[in-house]
Amino acid sequence: MCGIVGLFIKNPALESQLGALVAPMLSEMTERGPDSAGIAVYRNPQEDGCKITVLAQQQDFDWGALEAAISNNFSLRDITVTRNHAVLSLDSEIDEVQDWMKDNWSNLSITSAGTNIEIFKGKGNPAEFIDQFDIKSMTGTHALGHTRMATESAITTEHSHPFSTGQDLCLVHNGSLSNHNRLRETLRKKGVQFKTDNDSEVAAGYLSWRLSEGDDLDQALNHAIEDLDGFYTFAIGTRDGFAVMRDPIGCKPAIMAETDDWAAMSSEYRAIATLPGAENARIWEPEPTQIYSWKRS
Amino acid sequence: MIEINLDKSSVRELNEKLQGGSVGDKFSINNTVGKHALSVGLTTDVDVEINGHVGYYCAGMNQKANIVINGNAGPGLAENMMSGEVRVTGNASQYAAATAHGGLLVIEGDSSSRCGISMKGVNIVVGGNIGHMSAFMAQSGCLVVCGDAGDALGDSIYEAKLYVRGKVKSLGTDCIEKEMRDEHKKELQQLLSQSKMSHGVEEFRRYGSARKLYNFDIDQVDDY
Repeated sequence: MCGIVGLFIKNPALESQLGALVAPMLSEMTERGPDSAGIAVYRNPQEDGCKITVLAQQQDFDWGALEAAISNNFSLRDITVTRNHAVLSLDSEIDEVQDWMKDNWSNLSITSAGTNIEIFKGKGNPAEFIDQFDIKSMTGTHALGHTRMATESAITTEHSHPFSTGQDLCLVHNGSLSNHNRLRETLRKKGVQFKTDNDSEVAAGYLSWRLSEGDDLDQALNHAIEDLDGFYTFAIGTRDGFAVMRDPIGCKPAIMAETDDWAAMSSEYRAIATLPGAENARIWEPEPTQIYSWKRS
Repeated sequence: MIEINLDKSSVRELNEKLQGGSVGDKFSINNTVGKHALSVGLTTDVDVEINGHVGYYCAGMNQKANIVINGNAGPGLAENMMSGEVRVTGNASQYAAATAHGGLLVIEGDSSSRCGISMKGVNIVVGGNIGHMSAFMAQSGCLVVCGDAGDALGDSIYEAKLYVRGKVKSLGTDCIEKEMRDEHKKELQQLLSQSKMSHGVEEFRRYGSARKLYNFDIDQVDDY
């Protein structure tokens, strides 16, 4: 199992309540995924700069040392530490920062990179995660969340979703892939790097690879239908919106809803029911292999 | 009318109350917010009105009760229903009335994939469209679709009867279009009026088993 939620704010007046709206959705999906939880939130765009979220394995990581080292090498605008995550805003080339992090800070992993995206994730009950990362106070344009019930691989923070698939892109997955081991090896030969043995990370890596080959998101997802074997409902976060796609058999649940104020997706209606005006929303079940997407105009 | 508010009552308390109802009792259930397994395992002729959307496995194993859901239903609606009537005013998700033995399920909106999978005698009337792999291995009963049917309708079907008013995207293995004889028109007319659908029987086509995939051949009895 696993639970997925996604919320896209259409009415800018609600952007200040993004976290307050998405936290109950995530909480409602606890029974589908009590092992770990994660969220990708799109907020505070860095004009002419970049933003990177990093995750430390140790809770007592010395963030001061990282801040000093980054400031010596790059133009650091800001660092915001929340427990074992830190969001770095910089006036620097994002690829250079990422390469430098990989070379010098191998005990940190980069959970997201881009201008708007921030990804936080953690082991344990979603309710604890929501409190620890103060999800309810988050503002922003859209967010994707995931609650995990591990079936394929270990329960660790790094195995938790969302997975970054490129700049300002991320993936959450409900389902299981059956050809992930072979596909991981194929992708490694093409230069895609993996941190875990998780099947969903392979889907994320696959999409990253397709996008780096020049596909747009729709093309990458259509290629995924050919190359991924297994069950999946995917929600993919983009800089200005998100997309949803189910596998050809469509046995993993998904429900979508839209009002004038917001558009939402979830594994079950009960997560959407927590949103204001849900009872009068337009509600539908996404068709298999059809891509649904929302974009900020 | 006995009112049960799921803000105050747990799902277990709800089902205990409904299962303990007497013939003719009327229940009204509010604040459903997509909860699972509402109104399941009823065995008495009671009327249940559920106001709001429901989650997985609503009205499962129903016997005799008359259940109306004013909203949409999640996966597994009326699974293994034995008798009685279940009506949804909105849409239903996957595998509605799976393995159901009897009674009538009416879905006024659309029903998604695997509607009536392995149905064993239930009658299902869908006002809108149905998704792929519906009536897979359907054994008996009728599936009436007033809209269109998705891919692989009636794959590996036994003796269930499928009536579709709109287009069928594709038929499953061993499922074929069949002649609409008077007995079928009569049966369909009865189901349409019972479910309060206003279409004419002439607008429907009938599909069923070609009986090539499963058959018992008396001349080959020694092979069995």
